[in-house]
Amino acid sequence: MLVLLLSLALAGCSVAEQATPLNPKGSVGEDQLFLIQLSLGIMTFVLVVVFVIFFYVIIRYRQRRGQTGIPKQVEGSHKLEITWTVIPLILLTILAVPTVQKTFALAKDYSEANDVLKVKVTGHQFWWEFEYTDLGIVTSGDLYIPVGQKVFVTVQSADVAHSFWVPGLAGKIDAIPGVTNKMYFDAKEPGVYRGACAELCGASHALMDFKVIAVSEDEFEQWVEDMQTPVAESDAVRGQELFEAKGCLQCHAITPDGKSMGPNLNNFANRDRVASFRPNTEEWLAKWLDDPQEVKPGSTMPDVGLTQDEIDALVEYLYSLDNQQ
Amino acid sequence: MDWLTTVDHKKIGILYLLGGTLFFVLGGIEAMLIRLQLMFPESNFLDAQTYNEVLTMHGTTMIFLAAMPLLFAFMNFIVPLQIGARDVAFPFVNALGFWTFFFGGIMVNVSWFLGGAPDAGWTAYTPLSSSEVFSGKGNDFYAVGLQIAGLGTLMSGINFLATIINMRAPGMTFMRMPLFTWTTFVSSLLILFAFPPLAVGLFLLTFDRLFDANFFEIGAGGSAVLWQHIFWIFGHPEVYILILPAFGIISEVVSTFSKKRLFGYSSMVFATLLIAFLSFMVWVHHMFTDGLGPIANALFSVATMLIAVPTGIKIFNWLFTMWGGQIRFTTAMLHVVAFIPTFVMGGVTGVMLASPPADFQYHDSYFVVAHFHYVIVGGIVLALFAAVFYWWPKMFGRMLNETLGKLAFWLFFIGFHLTFFIQHILGLIGMQRRIFTYLAEHEGWAEMNLVSTIGAFFMAAGVILYVLNIVITSLKPRNASADPWDGRTLEWTLPSPVPVYNFKQLPLVRSLDAFWAEKMAGNKEMTPAEPVGPIHMPSNSILPLIMAFGFFVSGFGFMYAKHDFANDFVRMLFENHIVSIGGLVITAICMILRSLIDDPGYHIEPEELESKGVKA
Repeated sequence: MLVLLLSLALAGCSVAEQATPLNPKGSVGEDQLFLIQLSLGIMTFVLVVVFVIFFYVIIRYRQRRGQTGIPKQVEGSHKLEITWTVIPLILLTILAVPTVQKTFALAKDYSEANDVLKVKVTGHQFWWEFEYTDLGIVTSGDLYIPVGQKVFVTVQSADVAHSFWVPGLAGKIDAIPGVTNKMYFDAKEPGVYRGACAELCGASHALMDFKVIAVSEDEFEQWVEDMQTPVAESDAVRGQELFEAKGCLQCHAITPDGKSMGPNLNNFANRDRVASFRPNTEEWLAKWLDDPQEVKPGSTMPDVGLTQDEIDALVEYLYSLDNQQ
Repeated sequence: MDWLTTVDHKKIGILYLLGGTLFFVLGGIEAMLIRLQLMFPESNFLDAQTYNEVLTMHGTTMIFLAAMPLLFAFMNFIVPLQIGARDVAFPFVNALGFWTFFFGGIMVNVSWFLGGAPDAGWTAYTPLSSSEVFSGKGNDFYAVGLQIAGLGTLMSGINFLATIINMRAPGMTFMRMPLFTWTTFVSSLLILFAFPPLAVGLFLLTFDRLFDANFFEIGAGGSAVLWQHIFWIFGHPEVYILILPAFGIISEVVSTFSKKRLFGYSSMVFATLLIAFLSFMVWVHHMFTDGLGPIANALFSVATMLIAVPTGIKIFNWLFTMWGGQIRFTTAMLHVVAFIPTFVMGGVTGVMLASPPADFQYHDSYFVVAHFHYVIVGGIVLALFAAVFYWWPKMFGRMLNETLGKLAFWLFFIGFHLTFFIQHILGLIGMQRRIFTYLAEHEGWAEMNLVSTIGAFFMAAGVILYVLNIVITSLKPRNASADPWDGRTLEWTLPSPVPVYNFKQLPLVRSLDAFWAEKMAGNKEMTPAEPVGPIHMPSNSILPLIMAFGFFVSGFGFMYAKHDFANDFVRMLFENHIVSIGGLVITAICMILRSLIDDPGYHIEPEELESKGVKA
């Protein structure tokens, strides 16, 4: 027990700051935390009752040295049976009422609502696509939202089952091919919140994180404007030529609402990550272009056999896709 | 040779024990590989694909090839003895059940050597598992291997039902049966109704994978969620199939080593039946995040919470069995005593998981992994270890070493909590399941995963000591009496080990805890219900093994029908389905032989019974 508590304390110390299901920064997450705490409280009570009886029994009725004879054989007790049937039922009712109430509340459909940001989410092996249907923006990896506003996502999959989870803000909803699922959430504080895929989907299931980036209303408007106005010309001429010549453009749209087999790279320079989970730096981008399978096993990003020169040019080009200028 | 042709429930029980232990060790190695890979962030001890194969095989092996067979070992060996019978209703089918499990298990595992193991999780969600586009040949072995192993389980379930309904000794009414027999009975009912859906699901998966069907092919009108429903209609009762016999073991051991009858016997029987019934009503709690809608989620949530009630009834009845008793802390009892708080911890996280909004956070996170390991390892495995120490003398005529047993227990138990308690926290701070690695930037993950892995090393040490105990004990001469624990049920009236015919004379049962009742009345033995006479025994047969082998061959035939073999002759054999049909023909011929050749068995004469020569 001591070791348990110790290991818990040691390991638990550092997690207070990040947003997690235990420390949610969104309204839905808070609702869920309430249920987590309520159920934990009720269950702790049950555990205490069981443990007290348990420890009493194994200490008090231990066979003593030299003790003989047959203890009284007790058939049972109706009273006790009723007690430990009725009390658990009452405890479960206490849990079931808010559970059912919140189950319905969280299932609210905001597809027709006005003051709600609507995003169509599609899970792919192994990245997330975000389409802001009312704003004409298609992007991937970074889900920008304004702080305090409800976000309503419709979630689909392009291939196998994935699951869209933002642990610091809300729960998850599965992305199942052939099905359109719905979920709403919000962020009450600005921040970069980790998103993860929570359904085994192949080799790089662990490597398809995304980010929910909650910003002020003004910053969100600015981001929308940036995304809707891509750079007119890029100075990285060689890189741009290679981008077309090597076939990148076939999978990676760079227009604001362009849909493609691979992630839309509009405004790529301002993305939080490269390949979903690596820091967006020259070093990692070069590694990704050089050997996709090494960075993300099972990825459908092809290795087109780029030379170091070509990689450098492409990196320069991709970082020129910077709409904030 | 006797072991390959035996139809004796006791030998078959020992075969299940051996097979189950082999796969338990294999599954344990897979667990160690998982924990080694997750010990440090961004480790490349195992690559992503291999990790997915290891995690899939860990779950599949442990549930289908370790837990089930180990429970079957005891159900097979002990239940006929507890009801005063000489064997199960269908000894031939019993053997067939073992060999199909064995060959099914081999088939699933041979995938390691033939291009890779299944890699879509033990739950094999479609379309990841059903489409060639998304997963490799390994999942063929999952579908076909488990289909074969599942046949064996279904057969055994039917066998136990027929045995318990028809072959109880005179005087043993249903309400005088020991709890282990009751739970075997109810678990067999669950098997009867839960395994056919699995068979159906596996057939659909096999047809999608091998015969271009489209049950799970979205573009062609199939449904991915369909698999989940079919799998979990099997999958949820399956975990109760596992835990109910474990509960039965707990009841036996608690009662014996408290020197008291089981408190609330009728409530315990009723609770078992209620748990079984409810277990078919809750499967969607594995699918809360599928988007089935709030009505479905709410209904299944309440049903799931309800299962806690009969389970709680059992816990309290065990505690009150010990209340007022004289508790002997043998190694078996130590495991049972540890089971109670540990299983309750697992059960309460189950109630927490039952709430859909909260489950939206817990689902597919390490919180769930912690929950089910608490109930499976802290529940079923501890009960199995208790059964091993409790019934070893009856099965093998030897007492396992108590000191070594207790040391093994403490290592395993402490390691278990170290490994799995902290996983609740990992889930609650956002670590998903089934990830082969994690980034160092996630605060707390590395430290907690390290603690979890350290616990695994303790568990491994414990398992080694358990196995060592068995090896050392096996090298010693037989030293066990018929009734080393001052037992209460019929198996303790027989010599240790048990003669092949079990009872010289079938006993007359006058009460619950039949043997204890006789002891309290001042008798040293049971009153016989029949005179001494020749005992009719079933003959051995090699046919069950060959039949199971036929399925095995046929399975390969179907899996490799379109394979591009280098050798033309071999390709011809597979392409033209000669291997697939041929395997089925082998099985069919055996069945025809079995039906047409009249084998009346043999008799053991009374003279042989009186002498000490006739042994198992």
